[in-house]
Amino acid sequence: MIEVERLTLGYGNTVVLENLDFTVARGDVFAVLGGSGSGKSTLLRALIGLEEPLRGTIRIAGAPPRREGPPGNGVLFQSGALFGSMTLAENVALALAKWTKLDRDAIDTIVRSKLRLVGLEGFENHLPAEISGGMKKRAGIARALALDPSLLFLDEPSAGLDPVTSAELDDLIATLNVSLGMTTVVVTHELRSIFAIVRHCIMLDGRARGIVARGEPAALRDGSADPAVRAFFNPRARAA
Amino acid sequence: MTDTHDPGFRVERVDLQDGRAELRFGGQLRFRQCFASWQSVRRLARPPAAHLAFDLSGVDTLDGAATALLLELRDEVVAAGGDAEIVGAHGGVRAMLDLYGSHPPRSSLHPPPTRIGVLDQIGRETLTMLSESHGLDFIGDVALAGANAVRVPSSINWGDVPRLMERAGADSLPIVLVINFLVGLVTAFQAAVQLKQFGANIFVADLVGLSVTRELAPLMTAIIVAGRSGAAFSAELGTMRVSEEIDALRTLGLDPYGFLVFPRIITLVLVLPLLTILADVIGIAGGLLVAMLGLDITANAYLIETQKAVRLWDVSSGCLKTVFFGLSIALIACQRGLAARGGAEGVGRATTSAVVTSLFAIVVIDAIFTVLFNVLGR
Repeated sequence: MIEVERLTLGYGNTVVLENLDFTVARGDVFAVLGGSGSGKSTLLRALIGLEEPLRGTIRIAGAPPRREGPPGNGVLFQSGALFGSMTLAENVALALAKWTKLDRDAIDTIVRSKLRLVGLEGFENHLPAEISGGMKKRAGIARALALDPSLLFLDEPSAGLDPVTSAELDDLIATLNVSLGMTTVVVTHELRSIFAIVRHCIMLDGRARGIVARGEPAALRDGSADPAVRAFFNPRARAA
Repeated sequence: MTDTHDPGFRVERVDLQDGRAELRFGGQLRFRQCFASWQSVRRLARPPAAHLAFDLSGVDTLDGAATALLLELRDEVVAAGGDAEIVGAHGGVRAMLDLYGSHPPRSSLHPPPTRIGVLDQIGRETLTMLSESHGLDFIGDVALAGANAVRVPSSINWGDVPRLMERAGADSLPIVLVINFLVGLVTAFQAAVQLKQFGANIFVADLVGLSVTRELAPLMTAIIVAGRSGAAFSAELGTMRVSEEIDALRTLGLDPYGFLVFPRIITLVLVLPLLTILADVIGIAGGLLVAMLGLDITANAYLIETQKAVRLWDVSSGCLKTVFFGLSIALIACQRGLAARGGAEGVGRATTSAVVTSLFAIVVIDAIFTVLFNVLGR
């Protein structure tokens, strides 16, 4: 589904990540792990077409990330990034109104079904400022799902949420993956979420400016000899 | 030597025979006591000793601020070539010292700022401003989006225009009317004082009519709109930029220029001339009030004189200028907003910059039009 070859990313003369190679299989739940400043968000921005690589290629379903026209992917930003002047329904309806020729009633029906899917039925007319952080994330997912994408990118979906809300969100992501067969790429450093939903992952390290480990999360936790990986999966051991 | 500033805290210096000395602390070393008497403690530590021991065996309580001061004092003694150690700590006091003293000193992540000259500073700021403004990139992007909008008019978010026009136009009407009424009134007052001396009272109508329609109403209205709507546009787009909403728009396949910038340009280009026409009327009304009350000119006479003096060109030239004022205010506000970086402070900077640059642009555009009309004989 995603093929990344010799990818180098940065700003101006500053290289953040270099020579990244990895693939994400169709239907996988794939995580980009790493500490703060390791380049996770930069990589995500490149995958969704918001950053131009310095070198190398990204291919999503055989084509470069789309920068114009109807989006092929859904994206959840860390803050939800809902449009503050629009209701939740209007946020979800935006892409449908732009990229489909559906009439208003049909769009309303789809919007309600998307909000119901993420547990926000009845909140259609609320503004983002009127709902909680977890609900904003859910609404962001509903908006990302508006055009039924085959690929979903999630930037720190659990960040800033309490454990219960975070677990609910993990369940939702796992359900979307299993029920809809949606390929999901998650950028996160929440260990609980990683072990709950992720099947394969890569781990980035800011000092190495690249991938220091790849594989299944449990295998990395139990078998990696890399000190950065061990410290990431066993932070208490490092503190001790 | 002994110091007891606070009943709960005491310290004394004991000089031993072999050149060693002890600072014996007792009671509670807390934040408040430290600030009240720490200078005294430093004085006690000052006389040189072969070995200075900070004896905390009599201390019951040690808080974070006192720990930090104590460790710093020990390090100062060591740095001055002396020998110092903390002894006798127990229980919670020991734990506090371990907690604060376990981290080795780390050099700052940022190097200290180097002193640079004024010219150097001006040069650096100019380069930073040029590299951060991306003004030409923005104009290029707007031009491309404009060409696209001509081909595909639906790429513009027309649905937002009425809402924006209400905010920039209808909502600003009261302040525009009040300011322009007062401007007309003040202009008439100033003129009346001079014209009275020559018995030329009636020409107040000419002066107010021409100055309001050609210069004052367009300028004042543009300044109000720049301070009100320009600042609002910049803050709104800047907030969207720093909260990733602009990125979200792109990922939904929506062009921020068509969705956000063009509706704002269209709004101000349409609203400013309309506001200016109303400002012309109310400015002349301000002059009329002064003429009637201060110069004994009848309303009829004033309006007839205004009609004779003010041509259609005077009104339309003022309105023509405001089209360009509106265009520049919208472009500058949107550019600054979309270039905002770094959270709330960045949004504040963008908004300030948008208003200041817009005011500068308005005055420059006005000067250009004045010269141009003069050259064209209008």
